[in-house]
Amino acid sequence: MSNAVPGKSRPKYLSLPALLFEIRLPLPGWVSILHRISGLLLFLSLVWLLFMLDRSLASEPGFDAMRRYAGLLPVKLALLVLVWAYCHHFCAGIRFLFLDLDHGVDKATARLTSVIVFAASLALTAWFGVRLW
Amino acid sequence: MVRGAALVERVVVGAHYGLRDWLAQRITAAIMAVYTVILLAMLIGGAPISYAVWQDLFTQGWMRVATLLFATSLAWHAWVGMRDILMDYVKPAGARLTLEVVVLLVLAGILGWTIQILWR
Repeated sequence: MSNAVPGKSRPKYLSLPALLFEIRLPLPGWVSILHRISGLLLFLSLVWLLFMLDRSLASEPGFDAMRRYAGLLPVKLALLVLVWAYCHHFCAGIRFLFLDLDHGVDKATARLTSVIVFAASLALTAWFGVRLW
Repeated sequence: MVRGAALVERVVVGAHYGLRDWLAQRITAAIMAVYTVILLAMLIGGAPISYAVWQDLFTQGWMRVATLLFATSLAWHAWVGMRDILMDYVKPAGARLTLEVVVLLVLAGILGWTIQILWR
């Protein structure tokens, strides 16, 4: 705020740099925005995922083709991101259901459950990742 | 007396579909969570996944119904979620309406496609 007029507090506007570097989102905030981002990601990939399900169930050659397709590195990485998105959306969603029921609303518990959500979703992603790789 | 009653009476404005959508999003979430756990248990507990195992799983009667229930829940859940996102970030009415229609068409298409895949 070096260029601020002395004695006058200027309104601060949200900008991308402000969002990225200045505003420190608390952990529950990260759970929340990532819940939204992971949901959007899952919606956007629905058609692709359904396409793979369709082909894999249609015929044996289709199944083998999808298995090879899922083995390609870019596809594998994209699927891993979606596995994380599903795990995070799942864990954070359960946390939100408990919050709706007025459980864990105080600051300390909300913080703790946020940590648990991140730990659980990352651990699950790692576990599925290792199994599927 | 009359005045008292008038004061207590609430004036409800708006389309008031908010609570229904909020509730639907949570119920569909619970349905999908249960399906996810069951599917994972079947896949992890069962034989190594070959085409026969994979196809067998999805042609069982209860699995078809459960998967259709999952897909319906997903479509409804995603509609509420995507509409929330569009309401938050897309302000011009025309663009928002267009995107909402696109989302609805995609979700309807996905539901139809799922039925086609399941009852082939």
